[in-house]
Amino acid sequence: MEQNLLLTYLLFTPIVGSVLVLFFKKEQIKIVRWFGLFISLVAFIISLLVYFNFDSTKSEFQFIHQVIWISSLNVSYNVGVDGISLLLVLLTTFLTPLTFLSTWNSIEKNIKMFTFSMLFLEAGMLGVFISLDIFLFYIFWEAMLIPMYFIIGIWGGEKRIYASIKFFIYTMVGSLLMLVAIIWLAVYASDITGKFTTNLLELYKVGPTIPHQIQEWMFGAFFLSFAIKVPLFPLHTWLPDAHVEAPTAGSVILAGVLLKMGTYGILRYCLPLFPQSAINFAPLISVLAIIGIIYGALVSMVQTDMKKLVAYSSVSHLGFVVLGTFAMTVEAVQGAVIQMINHGLSTGALFLLVGMIYERTHRRDIAYYGGIARIVPLYSVALMIASLSSVGLPGLNGFIGEFLILLGTFKSPVLNSWWYTAFAATGVIFAAVYLLWMYQRVVFGEVKNPELQKQLTDLTTREYIVLIPIFIFIVWIGIYPGTFLDLTDLSTKSILQQVSTFTFDLFK
Amino acid sequence: MINLIYLTVLLPLIGFLFNGLFGSKIKNEKVIGIIGSSTVGIAFLVTLLAFLETLNLPVENRSNTVELFTWLNVAGLNIKFAYLVDQLSLTMSLIVTGVGFLIHVYSIGYMHGDKGFWRFFSYLNLFIFAMMNLVLGDNFVVLFLGWEGVGLCSYLLIGFWYDRKFEKGTVPEAAKKAFVVNRIGDFGFLLGMFLIYYTFDSLNFSEVFNKAASFPVSEATFGMIAIFLFIGATGKSAQIPLFVWLPDAMAGPTPVSALIHAATMVTAGVYMVSRAAIIFVSAPTVMMVVAVIGLLTALMAATIGLVQNDIKKVLAYSTVSQLGYMFLAAGVGAFSASIFHVMTHAFFKALLFLGAGSVIHGMHNEQNIQRYGGLKKYMPRTYATFFVATLAITGIPGLSGFFSKDEILWYSYANGGFIFWFIGVLTAMMTAFYMFRLLSLTFYGKERFDHHHVHPHESSSVMTVPLIILAVLSVIGGYIGIPEVFSGEHGNQFHNWLEPVYAPAIAKLKTFGSHTHLEEILLMVVSVALALSAIHFAIKVYTKKPSIAENIAGRFKSIYNLLLNKYFVDEIYEAAIIQPIQKGSEKVLWKFTDNIIIDGAVNGVAKLIDTGSGFIRKIQNGVAQFYALIMMVGIAVVLLWVILTL
Amino acid sequence: MSSIPIEYFLILSAFMFVVGVAGVLIRRNAIVVFMCIELMLNSANLSLVAFSSYLGNPIGQIFVFFVMTVAAAEAAVGLAIIIAVFRNKLTVNIDEINIFKW
Repeated sequence: MEQNLLLTYLLFTPIVGSVLVLFFKKEQIKIVRWFGLFISLVAFIISLLVYFNFDSTKSEFQFIHQVIWISSLNVSYNVGVDGISLLLVLLTTFLTPLTFLSTWNSIEKNIKMFTFSMLFLEAGMLGVFISLDIFLFYIFWEAMLIPMYFIIGIWGGEKRIYASIKFFIYTMVGSLLMLVAIIWLAVYASDITGKFTTNLLELYKVGPTIPHQIQEWMFGAFFLSFAIKVPLFPLHTWLPDAHVEAPTAGSVILAGVLLKMGTYGILRYCLPLFPQSAINFAPLISVLAIIGIIYGALVSMVQTDMKKLVAYSSVSHLGFVVLGTFAMTVEAVQGAVIQMINHGLSTGALFLLVGMIYERTHRRDIAYYGGIARIVPLYSVALMIASLSSVGLPGLNGFIGEFLILLGTFKSPVLNSWWYTAFAATGVIFAAVYLLWMYQRVVFGEVKNPELQKQLTDLTTREYIVLIPIFIFIVWIGIYPGTFLDLTDLSTKSILQQVSTFTFDLFK
Repeated sequence: MINLIYLTVLLPLIGFLFNGLFGSKIKNEKVIGIIGSSTVGIAFLVTLLAFLETLNLPVENRSNTVELFTWLNVAGLNIKFAYLVDQLSLTMSLIVTGVGFLIHVYSIGYMHGDKGFWRFFSYLNLFIFAMMNLVLGDNFVVLFLGWEGVGLCSYLLIGFWYDRKFEKGTVPEAAKKAFVVNRIGDFGFLLGMFLIYYTFDSLNFSEVFNKAASFPVSEATFGMIAIFLFIGATGKSAQIPLFVWLPDAMAGPTPVSALIHAATMVTAGVYMVSRAAIIFVSAPTVMMVVAVIGLLTALMAATIGLVQNDIKKVLAYSTVSQLGYMFLAAGVGAFSASIFHVMTHAFFKALLFLGAGSVIHGMHNEQNIQRYGGLKKYMPRTYATFFVATLAITGIPGLSGFFSKDEILWYSYANGGFIFWFIGVLTAMMTAFYMFRLLSLTFYGKERFDHHHVHPHESSSVMTVPLIILAVLSVIGGYIGIPEVFSGEHGNQFHNWLEPVYAPAIAKLKTFGSHTHLEEILLMVVSVALALSAIHFAIKVYTKKPSIAENIAGRFKSIYNLLLNKYFVDEIYEAAIIQPIQKGSEKVLWKFTDNIIIDGAVNGVAKLIDTGSGFIRKIQNGVAQFYALIMMVGIAVVLLWVILTL
Repeated sequence: MSSIPIEYFLILSAFMFVVGVAGVLIRRNAIVVFMCIELMLNSANLSLVAFSSYLGNPIGQIFVFFVMTVAAAEAAVGLAIIIAVFRNKLTVNIDEINIFKW
């Protein structure tokens, strides 16, 4: 098979970078910062190369690079992308340099380790998205926990230890079950095909043939692991703690990319591997997703801490993604994919903005603020744009995702009831309530604390450089989503094709 | 020019971007004001030329589509960014850009010296951009883009003076209320769109409406679609039960109230209903609902308007009431009459608001009409134009309001029945009463303001010229829609112009009552006579004998309080919906479910393992002798077991 | 030649071993415990010698020499440890020496 090394370069850039960081001296703070930024930019450029060479008229995986790794178990290093993973890879490489920039001044403690962790984390996330071998996938899935654990645990807020352990153990519980399922799956494959394999593309053929009852258990094991990561109600309580305690860079990556690993996993593994169970469980999961949408929004509404508010809003937004995925119509799944990107951008922007103001005042409680529009007008505008994008205003990115998801859910033959859409759409109302309410209390009104006058300064050039690229994409996706939707069109269809081929009899 | 229609959308967008990005640096009010106004002015000219061009086309070619680019293309869903230039959208565009332009010019004077001058103009331009998308959109999604866009602009502009207080709360609260209530409507609209897509497999107007006319779709489905769309309309157009935001929207600067909350945005719901006429007509029950809601809103808002003391509040309730009229018209199938009223209402209500703005401006931001009085001699031009507008809204024959309002009353009688007509006339009477109450308290009678602090003065000509133009329009605007009774064989020109748009809907409407011209004239005379008597009473009470008003208020204290407090609707919503949701979210969902149940379970498991380990840990006491003892016991047990099993 | 039956030796050996075990488990003084360990070793030696002569095989007696050598080395190391512990804790009372945990 023809090998393409581009993805391997992409994956190894941050890995090599993170190792190289260790050779710097602890005092060379500036150099380490620039080096981290440089490496992440190189990764971004490579991912752009992947994008420009990607052929969106093909539905199969591209840029495949396969090397036998453990020959006795038939495990191989196998990477490749389709439209969906490419989009998420781009999101990862796009956000990482921005997080480096955003922490330019705020992270002071042990910058070397921080840069190391961030690059290592990037490698882990990229690995999750590009792995085509389920064993390799699992390794990256677990590997990326470690740097995140340190990022929260070392550079986090007051209750950082509690938060990081909670995050770690929550996720670990899920992944162990997944490991069991992976092993079972590989063994099952060897029973059927006579060959022990962890190659995803081969498992695609095997998975749907698993007898029903066992398949449901397998689905459950995989899904639980992903659902914790998403997080799906009621497995979400690690998220607010982790978000609140994590440093800005951690929150951005956590919300921007890490959560997407869960939804990506559902789309890449749960659906095509266990299509029958996916359809059986779709109504139940959709109900949970809708509860998440409404619940996340309502709880978000009454938060007093800005970061927690944004964190709970993630529960709501990711509920949309899960709902769209399990509606299993092209519109809904396309919407879900684009919503993953949207959430990465808009929630990422919100966390960045909250982080920026936190850097200046070291306060996150909404009650402390009020009337900052007078003091920092440009910041207020930026916060408005990010909020509106999150609210789902047409013309900005959020609308495209939510609209497609709800539309697709409405006509979904799997769910087959418009009540799902009706309830999910109330999330649209609540989103406006909690974000605008927060905005009103923070930005509008009279200046509440005279101290704010002293503490706050408007956006700096560095902060502009962080925010403007995000805003460009927020508008771009809102006005001309074709660029992104076309990329994922065939990949989405092929996943749904896989589902419908094996579940044809269920639809009669 | 039809092909250049996108300019009418693009220009305000450019104006918005320019003023928004560079406005704070320019600082020169003239430059900002001229850029802001001229973009809308040019947009108006473009629309006018497109209108004239369309007028010259044969009737069957008057509907044209201008495609820009593909917006969303997923599976079967293909949404183009395209504009539909037909009779209806042109009419609306002319109103939006025309009245919009005048209000922009007026704002140059009204907002003079405000710190946020540039911000104001960029928001106004953004509003025109969104509104044009709303009226020109060729499919439901572009319409929705405009729909939400105007909601956003409304939010931004209501909250324009974001650090001021407003009534019991603050300005930003009023703005948020407007946005959220609108969003509730949008929720309905969204569901309506989904159901349309589900049923007709398209969201494009022409496709959907063609299919709606010919497809065998059940009445129930049509009813669902129509009711969802109507929920959207009640949000945007402030109808029962979602009208509560509009009175609060008066927290914004007055030109905003004139443009957004009187002339254009609030009529978006009417526009949408009449655009989707075919769907509504296919669901007679919903038509009835629309008419009844419209009628009730008209009546209720008029009763509240009777006792309000804030000049803008009176006008706000009057707007709600007039919007109710428009829905009444749409509900009885008189779509062109409702659009006709949209137009005349845009003229005279914009004029009333701008006039009110001029008064407020001249009275140093005093809005309570009890503290006005005798302003006629200080503000002659404002008074004259305000007077014309008041006559127009009360439906004095010869002015624009008469033609449109009477057409609505006539159709409600013909298609709805006597009771519809009767409540309509009752509302018209109240309208006449509260408008003349407002006029009298403001311009006639004793001067009740504090002469030491308030020096009433006429506004500058940049403000009064738009007033005069609107006054002229309020007078002559009605003559394009003279009812058939008077115009004879030519028929109603306005109706003829719009007729092709509604032809399929009208064809489906079965119950068009046939009544004689004599009846029509008779009803007209009755309604005018009643309005005139109300006017007479109002002037008499409020200029000559204010004591009568107090007596009445005193005698019917409970009713008076009920009206003054707007039927306590806000309080009821607060207590029945907002508080439970908020408290429930905080106490039950967050602090109980999240923190106690879920986190309790999670931390509980951790705790269980922790305590369990604590017990086991005690065995590990560090004394070697104890370990040895355990070892011996172990050996003994094993030995015993071996021996016993041998 | 009438010889003492092997059972006698084994019973004595078992008795000594039990005394040793009991001493190790019960006594609190490290020196006494230490002596009890020696007692257990010697009871094992006694059995080895008894079996050696009973079976006519010298290997058992060779083993005894090894055990005695190891016991001597162990005595040296063990006593050294006890002295070291005594210096640190000023006691040879082993239930006060509970350092076998983290």
